[in-house]
Amino acid sequence: MKYRYLPQTDQDKREMLETLGISSIEELFADIPEEVRSKGPIQIPEALSEPELVKYFTGLSNKNVNFSTHVNFLGAGVYQHYIPSTVNHMLLRGEFFTAYTPYQPEISQGELQAIFEYQTMVSELTGMEVANSSMYDGATSLAEAAMMASGQTGKKKVIVSRAVHPESRAVLKSYAYGQGVELVEVGINSEGVTDPAALEAIIDDSTAAVILQYPNFLGNVEDLATFEPIVHGNSALMVVSSNPLALGVLEAPGKLGADIVVGDMQPFGIPASFGGPHCGYFATTTKLMRKMPGRIVGQTKDENGKRGFVLTLQAREQHIRREKATSNICSNQALLALAASITLTALGKQGVQEMAMINLQKAHYAKQALQAKGLEIVYSAPSFNEFVVKLSKPVADVNKQLLNAGIIGGYDLGLDYPELAGHTLLAVTELRTKEEIDTLVQELEAITRA
Amino acid sequence: MRNDQEKALIFEMSKPGRVAYNLPELDVPEVDVASLLPKHLIRETPAELPEVSELQLVRHYTELSRRNHGVDNGFYPLGSCTMKYNPKINEDIARYPGFAQTHPYQPEETVQGALELLYNLQEELAEITGMDSVTLQPAAGAAGEWTGLMMIRAYHESRGEGHRTKVIVPNSAHGTNPASAAVAGLETVTIPSDERGLVDIQALRDAVGSDTAALMLTNPNTLGLFEEDIVEMAQIVHEAGGLLYYDGANANAILGIARPGDMGFDVVHLNLHKTFTGPHGGGGPGAGPVGVKKILEPFLPKPIVAKNAEGMFYWDNDRPQSMGRVKGYNGNFGILVRAYSYIRTMGPEGLLQVSQNAVLNANYMMRRLATAYQLPYDRVCKHEFVLSGVLQKKLGVRTLDIAKRLLDFGYHPPTIYFPLIVDECMMIEPTETETKETLDEFIDVMLQIARECEENPEIVQEAPHTTVVKRLDEATAARKPVLRYQAQ
Repeated sequence: MKYRYLPQTDQDKREMLETLGISSIEELFADIPEEVRSKGPIQIPEALSEPELVKYFTGLSNKNVNFSTHVNFLGAGVYQHYIPSTVNHMLLRGEFFTAYTPYQPEISQGELQAIFEYQTMVSELTGMEVANSSMYDGATSLAEAAMMASGQTGKKKVIVSRAVHPESRAVLKSYAYGQGVELVEVGINSEGVTDPAALEAIIDDSTAAVILQYPNFLGNVEDLATFEPIVHGNSALMVVSSNPLALGVLEAPGKLGADIVVGDMQPFGIPASFGGPHCGYFATTTKLMRKMPGRIVGQTKDENGKRGFVLTLQAREQHIRREKATSNICSNQALLALAASITLTALGKQGVQEMAMINLQKAHYAKQALQAKGLEIVYSAPSFNEFVVKLSKPVADVNKQLLNAGIIGGYDLGLDYPELAGHTLLAVTELRTKEEIDTLVQELEAITRA
Repeated sequence: MRNDQEKALIFEMSKPGRVAYNLPELDVPEVDVASLLPKHLIRETPAELPEVSELQLVRHYTELSRRNHGVDNGFYPLGSCTMKYNPKINEDIARYPGFAQTHPYQPEETVQGALELLYNLQEELAEITGMDSVTLQPAAGAAGEWTGLMMIRAYHESRGEGHRTKVIVPNSAHGTNPASAAVAGLETVTIPSDERGLVDIQALRDAVGSDTAALMLTNPNTLGLFEEDIVEMAQIVHEAGGLLYYDGANANAILGIARPGDMGFDVVHLNLHKTFTGPHGGGGPGAGPVGVKKILEPFLPKPIVAKNAEGMFYWDNDRPQSMGRVKGYNGNFGILVRAYSYIRTMGPEGLLQVSQNAVLNANYMMRRLATAYQLPYDRVCKHEFVLSGVLQKKLGVRTLDIAKRLLDFGYHPPTIYFPLIVDECMMIEPTETETKETLDEFIDVMLQIARECEENPEIVQEAPHTTVVKRLDEATAARKPVLRYQAQ
């Protein structure tokens, strides 16, 4: 078997062993005790040639229903959006994707500048003063925000809305357990948004942070302005998790009093990819920036006074501070941050607004069309590109029938909210045509009436 | 663009009216936004994003890429990071529509191919590491460390031993180890290394006790040396009631040669972006699967992929003792696809040769470079080794200067000033994918730089001379942070 990634020829090996004054590679492993040495080969399948590899993985890929075989109305935190062709072409430049963290700024100015531009774009979208270079995903970014709020305020209670993404709450729970932070959930009212009265009843001056999602998991737009005085009145921090595309039409959380804004840049140029890799973003105020987790790029000058970029504020990080670091994060999602950055450049100032507006309009059209056919749109609160429909049959059954009609149906909310059994969460993005929406409406009407 | 010019920011190239996108016209009746959203929640000031043409965009990012060094550009012996070749075919495969265009919430029966891939990867990583079960959820090495430590904590608590809160780490450990222990609510106890560069066994004996949660170890360690007392160490820790955690950052040295599970480790994380060709992406994404022995299986994050009697793959969520969730959705799936493609490309014999060649390359370089640089631990190394720049420091040249001088020759320098226990440290990891010619050329340059330190130290001290920027003022960057562009 020949291995195309292994270049040493027999002659190379002979020469190297000669230099080392030994006769076999085996001698280099003499320090490994015999009792822990593997006695035979690893029991995994034999190597595949490149054509065999392509065939094997094409086979696996073809077993999956996907956005190219079916019309997709599933969202719930991961969305199918337009990705300009330029994004992939730029990402595939080896100078970007085969580099690591820019430890040596003189030969990493490209990556550093790209991240600096990304940080600027995140700050602009969220209306915050500063942003970091990325987190693993929206869920871990939210959890880190809660931990940071607890560290900053010295308080151990964090309130999270039940309308925050269930997986983000699950990840938050793990982080909170690790660091001894107490989590309290605040409920959802009949409008499908966080209940302000319930929040007022449980918030007190031992509260480090209140976490809201905007728009929330049910697709509804939380009125951040009503929560801001409640949160800050109890000297807690307001953490907002936001779909960044929605911020093309919704007021920036920074303008509405948010102290930390987190979320996932996935809607901007990042494929759904069965759930990852996506790109958590993290933005905050100048006041809190020295507590922020993750890598941060700053602008500076070189010895000749020329503008350049470096990793900065590293005194917060694990490689310097070890157990006293603000977070243990090391590797992040830089390549996906680059994807988001390129997409935000492609869409630009106009495109982000236009795309957000099309999402808003198409989702509204779908809502109206479903309602017109007698399906129940559950909430009256304003929404962005997702909304909840009550079905007369179990969501899993309905989705099975939709699948036969070539449609990936919505998210079964009963999985996370027992009171919402039989409710589906539908996402309508700019990629859904009127015709596709009309087909969904017809199918849903037919399936639920049958 | 000439090398000595500043590169414009994308914002500085912006002109109102230019676009680099094209969306279909709205094909549904347009409704007044004011009727859909309350006035105070409608955005007043649009985000100031760039306005450029598509060609401007392409030239901008192409130019940025030209100001960046990746493995595709040249040698990148960054110790502990395993900067090996990132196969192009893996990039193609990860982009197949059945992988890239699938939604994590699709019904199981519609994603059998993706689940099969994950299941196989779980099984094969367990076999490679000698563990019983694997979770693919953690997004990176540090996330894997934290996940592993949270499972260890849950294990002790389940046995009524919640007082076991001490995590022992050697002073050569990666910075993420103590940081991960802290965020898992555990405390770090640091123990010294001995004159061999290995864990001081007596210090380990003295450190363990009824409060020991775990020993966290990289093996080979960050000096590139195999902890040859591992069997005794495992015994000491286990007898004290603690568990052993294997930091897999250096797994590239041991594939097919020795498995952490057979060394006595109870938990292992792997950095798929290192050993299994990730790629590194300019800082990420990574993937940090964690393997565990039977005793820790109940505590694995949920869900994991399982296979039923009919051969159907499904998400196993029925795990009452699970530590919970560590990341949204199904981990960094795209990186898992790439890693699995790599494993299937190499097979058992190929993976063994990976480690053999990685270790041969490292020893060859170490031996040849030891003629000009101090070798603090003179013994056989594994996939990487450390040198000290103390001889050059006496001549007024720091390791940082040597690193910067390497830039002039088109190389990414080694990891420097880590591990912390070696003065003026350089940590060099050649990887197995480099030719002997590349190693020889790099060695020649390193020897030349050593001569320059003696004959013409200024050329090293003032390096780099050929890069797009000279050394940057990091102190001012931290003191007066400028973290975003502001229009003048």
